[in-house]
Amino acid sequence: MSIQVLMPALSPTMTEGNLAKWLKSEGDDVVAGDVLAEIETDKATMEVEAADEGVLGQILVPEGTENVAVNTPIAVLLEEGEDAAVLKNGADNAPAAVAPSPEPMTASKSVAPAVAAVPAEADYTGPTTRLSVREALRDAMAEEMRRDDDVFLMGEEVAQYQGAYKVSQGLLDEFGERRVIDTPITEHGFTGLGVGAAFAGLKPIIEFMTFNFAMQAIDQIINSAAKTHYMSGGQITSQIVFRGPNGAASRVGAQHSQCYASWYAHCPGLKVVAPYSAADAKGLLKAAIRDPNPVVFLENELLYGQSFDVPTEEDYVVPLGKAKVVRKGDDVTIVAFSLMVERAVEAADALAGEGISAEVIDLRTIRPLDVETIVTSVKKTNRLVSVEEGWPFAGIGSEMAAIMMEQAFDWLDAPVARVNGADVPMPYAANLERLALPQTKDIVDAAKAVSYRS
Amino acid sequence: MTAIGQNERIRALALLRTMLRIRRFEEVAEIAQRAGEIPGTLHLSIGQEAVAAGVCSALERTDLITSTHRGHGHSIAKGASLVAMMAELFGRASGTCKGKGGSMHIADFSVGMLGANGVVGGGLGIAVGAAQGLRVRGSNAITACFFGDGAVNRGPFLESLNWAATFRLPVLFVCEDNGFAAFTETARVTAGAGPAARAEALDIQNVVVDGNDVIAVADAASAMVERLRRKAGPAFIHAQTYRLRGHTIADQGAYRDAETHSRQELRDPILLMRQRLTDWNLSEDMQKLQLQVEDDISAALAGARAAVFPAPESALAEVQDIGAPA
Repeated sequence: MSIQVLMPALSPTMTEGNLAKWLKSEGDDVVAGDVLAEIETDKATMEVEAADEGVLGQILVPEGTENVAVNTPIAVLLEEGEDAAVLKNGADNAPAAVAPSPEPMTASKSVAPAVAAVPAEADYTGPTTRLSVREALRDAMAEEMRRDDDVFLMGEEVAQYQGAYKVSQGLLDEFGERRVIDTPITEHGFTGLGVGAAFAGLKPIIEFMTFNFAMQAIDQIINSAAKTHYMSGGQITSQIVFRGPNGAASRVGAQHSQCYASWYAHCPGLKVVAPYSAADAKGLLKAAIRDPNPVVFLENELLYGQSFDVPTEEDYVVPLGKAKVVRKGDDVTIVAFSLMVERAVEAADALAGEGISAEVIDLRTIRPLDVETIVTSVKKTNRLVSVEEGWPFAGIGSEMAAIMMEQAFDWLDAPVARVNGADVPMPYAANLERLALPQTKDIVDAAKAVSYRS
Repeated sequence: MTAIGQNERIRALALLRTMLRIRRFEEVAEIAQRAGEIPGTLHLSIGQEAVAAGVCSALERTDLITSTHRGHGHSIAKGASLVAMMAELFGRASGTCKGKGGSMHIADFSVGMLGANGVVGGGLGIAVGAAQGLRVRGSNAITACFFGDGAVNRGPFLESLNWAATFRLPVLFVCEDNGFAAFTETARVTAGAGPAARAEALDIQNVVVDGNDVIAVADAASAMVERLRRKAGPAFIHAQTYRLRGHTIADQGAYRDAETHSRQELRDPILLMRQRLTDWNLSEDMQKLQLQVEDDISAALAGARAAVFPAPESALAEVQDIGAPA
């Protein structure tokens, strides 16, 4: 059985290289460890060693060939007793015939393809109006409900009380009880009901008073909404949005203050969105409502009252899966989402005063993550600081570190730094709560540390 | 004037004392919160004190309770320290939970109070599990489980009642029905003949009681607790009361019917009990009682104000029991 020798990768991020020189000729005997060839990139050279014993049967890529893709077969090694004739017979079946992998060998293959390539929204230059995040979310729901009669809103206090946080203000008046539905306090029950309605062709928006209470319903969100498309062999999707405030509020203690971004982002089948600005809140919620998949839409209570410029264009939709560079910089990349974007921008301001130019990326969508935007930025700045309210273990920052290892290793000048919530249940006392949450100074310190500045 | 026996007099005054301690604790906490001294929100049980006082009067110290997000009254009635509780609301190191729990998470295991709970219906399963634990350990103690009318619509309500009935566990389910599930009138989102009927469907002994008549609640609880001690299976009290304050301290309750609210103000359980004790010619005792309670509350407030804030390093402590060094 012949063995293929493949073009190796010098690093996880290498995609192609030059075959500089063959040190063995066709017909030579080789043993494991013999140097067969030398390859080089613009950064380094490396020897290709034989992993097996045999005879070098055929050289497929002559020396001096440039831009040979990683994993391309470069030679065939024959085992004892084989002769070069098998090559002719086997050529049609040999894996050598397959096209080289277009991607470098990275662990990203373990992540299911999450989304087709979508372009980011065009830079908006039209008229805007000043809206709070609360109003922007309401407008997004109202516009989508006007556009599509299958869309409806269900949750605790969403109708008569106009929303526990007043996000659904006015919706009952406009759309009536059929489409704006008060539920009893039954997250598990009404979440399951929402999934059933989606199976029947409706497009529910399920509001959780906060995502803390959605823990009662996480079984339905994951086992029903996220998995059924796969389990049914693609027969059905759940077009459903689960939305509500996520993360820490203020002095409500451990059971009412936590970030669920990494919990849901862990789960295949779900999309996870966490906007910061009112424009993104509106554009992304509209996209989430139109998306055929279940979308977990993480809002933030402390942002509801904050106002931003929002495009007035009726059909302003922000695609899921695209991050946004909210501030350009050259020295260090800071990624954040939701309320932490505000902290990150504050940190960038402070760093500018110390001569460090920080690029701030608002992730906006956590799953599928816009890896390209992050990697492109890090290839420029060579440093990454990840910021989140959530706990560190298996958090979004951990994922950032893994992605950098896999896709930007050669560009990093410092280890990835994680700024996150303290690894404790949220304490109640105001002074302890402040200690448990990422503060602007923590981000500044992390950015300086990865810049080797004190 | 009605003549009453000495035991009846002592019992009536003790019930009033508990209700007053709850009322004054919460009224003072309400002021302190609005003044910015208490940093977090509060769910006040003002108007509902007779349920906590009446039920807990039938319990022993070794009995257990679980409570709700509106749980100050249950903790106080079960015997938790007012000083520690007020310090907890203030976010101080000497608080019931060292300032790390807050109003919604007060627990005091030393008096059998297994915890308030920030999730509606969150305590039901815990109460049933605790009763099972008592059973396994051969204890004669029981568990009382306080929950609101909102919890009756939750899945865990059925799951917990079914388990307790199936295994005949010593749980006293107490539905403290104040008419509102958060900001929604519960009747508007609830089917059937009420909480007791749901218990009845599972063959759980049940009674509906005027939750603003503390003596009626205490009598009902005593009768049920006696059954539980005889290991006759779980019992269920539906106590109908009324929430005189909003859902949270920030809620003005504008969604409530004004006429009903005015009528209910006249059915304030403390007002009703005072009228009764006046009829029994106990005005003087009541006055003495009131002064004692004021002293206790003043001490709690002063204690909370004087207490130190939690040390920064305490934020990282007690995440897990990591054992003692060898």
